[in-house]
Amino acid sequence: MSSVSRALRQPFGLRFASGAFLAFWCLLAAFPIVWIAVMSIKSPRDAFASSPWDVIVGPATLARGEGLSILDIVLGLVVLYFAIRWAFTRLPGLVMQYSPPSLIVLGWLVGAAVYALVFLLVFFGLLPLILGVLNSVLGPLGEPVLGLTTQHYVAVWGENEFYRNFLNSLFVTAGVVTVSLTVGTLAGYGLARSGSDLAFWLLIAALVFRALPHSVLVAGYLPWFINSAEILRPIFGDLSPTLYGQPWAVIAVMVSINQPFTIWMLRSFFQNIPSELDEAARVDGCSHFQAFRRVIMPVMWPGVITTGLFAFLLAYNDFLVTSLLLDAQNQTMVPAIAGYFNRETTTTDQVEAVAAAVSITAPLFLLVMVFQRQIVSGLTAGAVKG
Amino acid sequence: MKFKTFAAFVGPSVFMMILFIALPLISVFIQSFQITQPVMQNLEVETCTPGFLTQTCVTELKTVPVIGEDGKTVTTTEWTGLQSYRNVLQMDKVWEAVSAGRLGDILQIDFWKALRFTLMFTLVTLPLVIGVGLLIALTVNNAAKALRGPVIFVSLLPFIITPVIGSLSIYWLFVGDGILTAMMESWSGTNISMFAQAWTIELLMYFYRVWHVAPFAFVIFYAGLQTVNMDTLESAVIDGANRWERLRHVIIPHLMPLIVFIALVHLMDCYRVFDEIIGFRSQAHVISLQWLTVDFLTPDDAGNRAISRAAASAMLTMIGIVFLLIWPLRRTWKDHKGGAH
Repeated sequence: MSSVSRALRQPFGLRFASGAFLAFWCLLAAFPIVWIAVMSIKSPRDAFASSPWDVIVGPATLARGEGLSILDIVLGLVVLYFAIRWAFTRLPGLVMQYSPPSLIVLGWLVGAAVYALVFLLVFFGLLPLILGVLNSVLGPLGEPVLGLTTQHYVAVWGENEFYRNFLNSLFVTAGVVTVSLTVGTLAGYGLARSGSDLAFWLLIAALVFRALPHSVLVAGYLPWFINSAEILRPIFGDLSPTLYGQPWAVIAVMVSINQPFTIWMLRSFFQNIPSELDEAARVDGCSHFQAFRRVIMPVMWPGVITTGLFAFLLAYNDFLVTSLLLDAQNQTMVPAIAGYFNRETTTTDQVEAVAAAVSITAPLFLLVMVFQRQIVSGLTAGAVKG
Repeated sequence: MKFKTFAAFVGPSVFMMILFIALPLISVFIQSFQITQPVMQNLEVETCTPGFLTQTCVTELKTVPVIGEDGKTVTTTEWTGLQSYRNVLQMDKVWEAVSAGRLGDILQIDFWKALRFTLMFTLVTLPLVIGVGLLIALTVNNAAKALRGPVIFVSLLPFIITPVIGSLSIYWLFVGDGILTAMMESWSGTNISMFAQAWTIELLMYFYRVWHVAPFAFVIFYAGLQTVNMDTLESAVIDGANRWERLRHVIIPHLMPLIVFIALVHLMDCYRVFDEIIGFRSQAHVISLQWLTVDFLTPDDAGNRAISRAAASAMLTMIGIVFLLIWPLRRTWKDHKGGAH
């Protein structure tokens, strides 16, 4: 702040107020999320205790002998710190080293999966074993002081088979991201490089489509999807599917709903790639498609990753489309949590719903941690450049 | 670029948008004038109950659905004109309420209740989102450089969280003896239940939406603040403008295009408010237009979906979108025309 001229320097009161507001905002932004995470690891009586201190410490959870000792907390935090540091310093190097340059995206996916697996094994498999021995040896330091129980997570993922919903979510989200990026990149490139009136009108139509409430569209699909087997029979014979309840039909629907946003965003990214680049390739004898494949594709990944993140968010966060177009067996995570509302009669059920909610939020938390820069650039891409 | 190449590039995308956005719209439009229902027939049924000496037999006329050869109920589709719209709007009740001078009664009808909330929600949260977003952007811009990364990280959390989960996380803070309700009760000494009346739920919904969208506004304003012309700012200082005047006459005009952009996106998104209704479980008190359509589409206890009423309510929702977009689209059209000359 020393570069700011004296005239612009702010009085202490203003700086204090500004800092205080910022601290207040950070507290407000994080509090509900942190709080449900805390609630999800407490016994039902603690989770809905009326004193905040009881919720944090969890006396009822402790009374059942479930909790963390000081040693657990310290060692756990140390392992966590090094695991995160290692992920940001060493992991990129290893991925670069072992994956062929053309398959770098696949390499990252494999790298992240292996890392997650090893982390889970160490943190939830190895660490408790070691700490169990250490706690019994150390005496007072090994006494549990902070209540913690994983019973709700075990109940949600084991008994309630939440992993099925997780797999459905994974399938739908992966499908939406892949298809909408493939289709959207081509369209975005075409729109960015064509200055015709048709391109303008397409973009305007996309803007209008962007504003449509999803329920309007679903009202249009539903009768057709339910009766699709009979409608398609003259064309496909007995193989004709009932589209209602099919995850891939939902993928097609969500890709289309997401297309307007995707092509607007990718168009603005492609406009930032100088058109001299593909013109040079064209002079060297490439067709438009060859120029796209050989010249544009290697440099377009930052924009594609950013757009992919937003496609991921749309598909992952969706409630309306998936709850109406999928049946109970193929339900994704977010609508599945609504199933808890009907059963939510005891406090145990409520805390299980909280644990399910935290399970849904955890991947998003990781996403912000890893891709913060891309998300910020994606948010500003549309606005600042017009 | 030749038309053929252009068509090859945009073809798949346009095809998907036509198949899954444009055609469904036409389908909804047609459905809103039709009604599909099972064919009913009147059957004379004789039911006998055992009685003393003789059986008591009653012959009644019963209405039962006709079952076709394939074992399913036979349905017919009829053109009913504006009947579905009448069912949704319930204008007769509206006029009754107006002529009786009890305007409050209009808000008892589902559609008008939903419209009132949707519009209020959009208009109340819009200035709040822009104000709070700008305030966060200004304060972050004021903070030390090392703090900015973590602050942006924390700020992005409410934006990125699943809307249903986000509203649930606030719901759990206030529900029953939730931690914040308990705190308010101990301050005020009265018994508070946040989810028993409409206005408290609405307040929580406004709060949730501002909490959820302000980070989006903040990130965009923050990027805009980086490009403020320092020379203009310094010359404003030399001309004797105080802090407030500099904000009012230099920074805000610079951010004006961004404010318009955020307002537009916010209007579109708020008009579609739906997830909050699910998260806060407010169906009994507060509903929105999109929720109304979804409610018609959800099978009732008998397993029937009110498709035609859903279509009518969807078309009425669309009319609102047209009003919302007329102004920005006219501006874009003028810009395009202006650019062409």
